Amino acid sequence: MKKFVEGSYAVAEAVKLCRPGVISAYPITPQTHIVEGLAQFVADGELKAEFVNVESEHSAASAVLGAVATGVRAFTSSSSQGLLLMAEVIFNIAGMRLPLVLACANRAVSAPINIWNDQQDVMTIRDSGWILLFAENIQEVIDLHIQAYRISEDHSIMLPVMVNLDGYILTHGLEVADMPTQEQVDKFLPAYKPLYKLDVNDPMTLGSLAMPEHYMETRIAIQKTHETALELIPKVSSDFKKAFGRECGGLVEAYKIEDAKQVIVAMGSVVGTIKETVDDLRSQGKKVGVLKLITYRPFPKQAILDALKNIPEIAVVDKSISLGSNGPLYTDLTSAFIGQTKVPKISGFVLGLGGRDITKDSIKQVFDKLSGKQVDCEFIDVKKELLEEEYAGN
Amino acid sequence: MPETKMLYNPGHTACGGCGQAIAARLVIEAAGEKTIVVNNTGCLEVFTTKYPETAWGVPFIHSLFENAGAVASGVESALKFLGKKEGTNVIAQAGDGGTADIGLQALSGMWERGHDILSVCYDNEAYMNTGIQRSGLTPFDTNTTTSPSGKQSFGNPKMKKPVPEIARAHGIPYVATASVAFTRDLHNKVKKAVSIKGPKYLQIHVPCPLGWRHEGAATVTVARAAVETGLYPIFEYVNGELAAVQKIKPKPVEEYLKLQGRFKHILKLPEQIKKIQDIADYNIKKYGLKLEA
Repeated sequence: MKKFVEGSYAVAEAVKLCRPGVISAYPITPQTHIVEGLAQFVADGELKAEFVNVESEHSAASAVLGAVATGVRAFTSSSSQGLLLMAEVIFNIAGMRLPLVLACANRAVSAPINIWNDQQDVMTIRDSGWILLFAENIQEVIDLHIQAYRISEDHSIMLPVMVNLDGYILTHGLEVADMPTQEQVDKFLPAYKPLYKLDVNDPMTLGSLAMPEHYMETRIAIQKTHETALELIPKVSSDFKKAFGRECGGLVEAYKIEDAKQVIVAMGSVVGTIKETVDDLRSQGKKVGVLKLITYRPFPKQAILDALKNIPEIAVVDKSISLGSNGPLYTDLTSAFIGQTKVPKISGFVLGLGGRDITKDSIKQVFDKLSGKQVDCEFIDVKKELLEEEYAGN
Repeated sequence: MPETKMLYNPGHTACGGCGQAIAARLVIEAAGEKTIVVNNTGCLEVFTTKYPETAWGVPFIHSLFENAGAVASGVESALKFLGKKEGTNVIAQAGDGGTADIGLQALSGMWERGHDILSVCYDNEAYMNTGIQRSGLTPFDTNTTTSPSGKQSFGNPKMKKPVPEIARAHGIPYVATASVAFTRDLHNKVKKAVSIKGPKYLQIHVPCPLGWRHEGAATVTVARAAVETGLYPIFEYVNGELAAVQKIKPKPVEEYLKLQGRFKHILKLPEQIKKIQDIADYNIKKYGLKLEA
């Protein structure tokens, strides 16, 4: 059913349709509406679940870890500092091969404290083994959560999935979106069938100590599973289309790149702005396009190479930065081309840190600069006078 | 093979005479096979679960150093959701560091929310797994690797953190201490704790021969001396009220201190001994430990 819905409540409703048995979360802006929505569903008896109000994000992640280990589907959500406080548990959940879905309302990381959007938070747990999906709009927010449980709980995967949605832009924005029915979701998403769980009738030890003779293979197993996920994610997306009648998910989405001379690669809600800019520029005769990454981990290297094989100029838009190096997506993308016979020009741009607006003009600047000298890490929409102030006295 | 199901099997890699290894077995055998154990990182987890072996005959999960309280909360909530909580015990257990220091926040949350979980602290009074560093439960004047005695130091300058009192302040229905030297009392307390609904806290004194520097064969003797001097009071609070204490004919604290290397540096310092005797006397008075003739 189509409805005008805020992104956070869309997550809450989509998660409700997935029937988690345990939800645990700790408040942090801009994630709060998600868990408030779920708490209300439980309070009204619309969702039969245990809602555990914990004393920190570390405990929220730990509580859902315990719930999944007991064989129950679970959900949590966080953002920014909260995700960083969870980080230890985030790695642990993946290492223990426990399927879980977490909604991350992407937000800048302190200091200075800043509650607005960028994607620095998720980058801190990029290497944890989680499958990382990024939503462009509220419809995708809904659809990716439903797909996330299917991917995560597939017995060939058994890894947690994080659905990233840009803070405020998607969490607090309203759009018309199609909310599936319970019957549709029940048909698409079977009940969770654990491969291993805490059961007094079948005792098992989880979370063992692995010595050097065993540890490394456990990491390789996760790496191999990410390869499997590269095959499963598009299959789940295609099953989703059959069940719900619309395209969503998969690895990448190309927009007007067939004949393009310049393509931006980006993730999340900024892709919407880029698409509109592409339309504007195309009306002026410029051959431009955008490649959206829906799946960031596993990194869909082959899908990207296939999509970009004939593109001479590529700009990567990062909403985070590996300080002292470059934007993380830029680093990933350039490394994908190592060993390829035809290597395009690739430039890296960092935009929108700490909620700095990314406008169509910002995107036009990226396309303009892409025509110039190759750059690794150029910041767009920088206030030069503030930088001078920062360095005054040096 | 024994007829009864082994819940805690031999063959683990604990040091000889490990008080925690003995207590952990007593706890799980009292709690019974319908028990899920959630264990913080520490000696117990390391010496019982070296992959691909496990000492545990009950479902067991270890996640991290500080989160047993939260993981156990999730386990208990999942059991409630499944309608399987009735008849299943959940134990969240840790060493003294995992309880009094790094794990206290998660435990406080668990107690405050009222989960039906027994938390067990195996108190060997320092971070033994990492090499005898001071914890919040290390006694006054103890020589540890991070509170060493020296030219200007008598060892740990602080008293033990009153974790049972902190637990009690949460309004939980059962708080008790026990000692590995008094096994029947320990057994009965675990049985009683799991029979009570809600959060329970049990702190067990478990000597560590390596960290306390005594012979492995002396573990029970040392533990008994701690109780008999009043330095480790054994008590039980039910619904916030002091319900029982283990009465003693108090022995001087030297009888306990001299058994261990960790107090060797103060044995000839009457002023320091006096300070420790004061701690014992305070406990004896506070809990009414003295056996009247």
